[in-house]
Amino acid sequence: MMSKPKTTLTLAASIATAMSLTGGHHAEAQEATMEKCYGISLAGENDCAAGPGTTCSGTSTVDYQGNAWTLVPTGTCETIELPAQADGTPRMGSLEELDRDLPTG
Amino acid sequence: MHPPPEVHTDHLHGTQAAFADALWAGALPPGLAAPQPDEVVRRFGVYRNNVMHGLSRALERRFPVIARLVGSEFFAALARSFAAAHPPRSPVLIDWGDAFADFLARFPPLAQLPYLPDVARLEFARGSAYHAADAAPAPAEALVTEDPGRLHLRLHPSVHLIASPWPVLTIWRANQPGHPPARIPAHHREQALIARTPALEVIVEPLDAPSHAVLSALQRGTRLAEAAGPDDPAAALTLLLRHQLITHIGETP
Amino acid sequence: MPAMPALPATAGLGFKPEHFAEISRRPGAVGFYEVHAENYMGAGGAPNAMLSRLRADHALSLHGVGLSIGGAGPLDRAHLARLRALVDRYEPESFSEHLAWSSHDTAWLNDLLPLPYTADTLDRVCAHVDQAQEALGLRLLLENPATYLAFEASTMGETEFLSEIVRRTGCGLLLDVNNVFVSATNQRSDPRAYLADFPLGAVGEIHLAGHSEEALPSGPLLIDTHGQPVADPVWSLYAEVIARTGPLPTLIEWDTDVPAFAVLLQEAGRARRILDAGGHAHASAA
Repeated sequence: MMSKPKTTLTLAASIATAMSLTGGHHAEAQEATMEKCYGISLAGENDCAAGPGTTCSGTSTVDYQGNAWTLVPTGTCETIELPAQADGTPRMGSLEELDRDLPTG
Repeated sequence: MHPPPEVHTDHLHGTQAAFADALWAGALPPGLAAPQPDEVVRRFGVYRNNVMHGLSRALERRFPVIARLVGSEFFAALARSFAAAHPPRSPVLIDWGDAFADFLARFPPLAQLPYLPDVARLEFARGSAYHAADAAPAPAEALVTEDPGRLHLRLHPSVHLIASPWPVLTIWRANQPGHPPARIPAHHREQALIARTPALEVIVEPLDAPSHAVLSALQRGTRLAEAAGPDDPAAALTLLLRHQLITHIGETP
Repeated sequence: MPAMPALPATAGLGFKPEHFAEISRRPGAVGFYEVHAENYMGAGGAPNAMLSRLRADHALSLHGVGLSIGGAGPLDRAHLARLRALVDRYEPESFSEHLAWSSHDTAWLNDLLPLPYTADTLDRVCAHVDQAQEALGLRLLLENPATYLAFEASTMGETEFLSEIVRRTGCGLLLDVNNVFVSATNQRSDPRAYLADFPLGAVGEIHLAGHSEEALPSGPLLIDTHGQPVADPVWSLYAEVIARTGPLPTLIEWDTDVPAFAVLLQEAGRARRILDAGGHAHASAA
């Protein structure tokens, strides 16, 4: 849907509002302090060591393969209240053990 | 430069193919040796575990809120299923996980948690913003022209916009480390902007629907007049200026 | 092959972003820092900003975990190009990679996987080392792996295999003393015999790290976790190596459960004391 362009005057007013709200400060790059080490958890992923909890007991691949998936989510998702589905059945709290075919490849 | 000798008969390729397959499936590859031959299975288990654990850990670092929402045991199994279906294609793991949100959407055991894919999109956007290319902000004064409707604004490469039928930002915030679990009614839409500031901080800001529309249009290269449409773009522009997310202002895109 | 300016023959640390602020306040706390190349292959942002700052004050070792030099398939040219861009941008004093493989066909397996030591794999590895050195314009250091298994097909030992690679390609070696101890323990062999055969003259850097221990019916199985202090037997082997070679750049690797920077400094201090003592022993023996 194409909407009618704003007039130059109202756009200029929007820009003036935005500039005044941001202190009209000059958009110069701030010195990146990095002192707070923002986003450390987003930093590197590549390592050359075995991970913690590594065990040679061979976490059997069989546990999670094949077609039967018996686990259910057990995290904080249980605290999120979803609206009822179209058929009126509640969504939350209805997580039963699912035994479904998994998508492959 | 010598081309690598890929042509000769390839025992090594066969050995590695069998080894790689066995990392994911039950049977051991042939030809392995250990001082006590009956210990080969447990020794091979170290490699299996390293691969799975390493990939699972990489995915969990990228999607910590998904991990918290489904719980660690479920997430470990989920990570294994995802890695089997979408193994990394490059050794640069910071790029891995772009297919995770779509995978969640198609994963039958998670059909009852329909907001998860959008939460994953938000988390992946944070990582993408963290690693996005650098670009210097443009001086805001360039917005003050005779005819600002003709201006094109180029947004910083780290800017990602999310619009979801679920309250993804509320869910994401409530599941940060240290926050006790809270009941969240998930009955409304939310929009968010994810970006990186010049101080290299990754921000996640709520957007109202009109601001999301304006910013999406600007990101596509639409002129300010058409991007604003019937809405007042002041809120969207304020956000861009506050975080210095405009890298070019001009009458050409 | 142009000679790279060498790393200082003292102790260094693996760089962890969580220590960036402390490192910035204490430039020169150790002689060099090492980073995993693949973590700096994003387009921009904090990782490259931090690395630029780190590099401005310190000697730098670039340590690759992604080239899959032992892979049967061709080297990934896109990855070589990414490495070349990092080498050009940061001009590290050293670039090292692993005697291992980690990708197969198009999948990345995210571990340093073992190789059979045969004439065939030797040809392959040498071709890949040649190709990498040419593409990167440097002499690389190849690291001995930590292994949990061996191959029936192997016809030569690891030290013989590494010596041949050095002879044919002119590359250097990164001697990981923890890997020597882990592999020898796991293969029920003698780490001192391994080190006696190791071509120490080619070593351009040493790695030290912690390992964990599990039990098999036949004895211990050590896992190269990089998640705890360097073990005492590894320190002993290291001191013996340094007594023979004189001081070499020595890195403390700690990648999982990363402790406070002060703990890493303690480990680096222990290496430095051995370097000082060993350097004197070496000088007086010479």
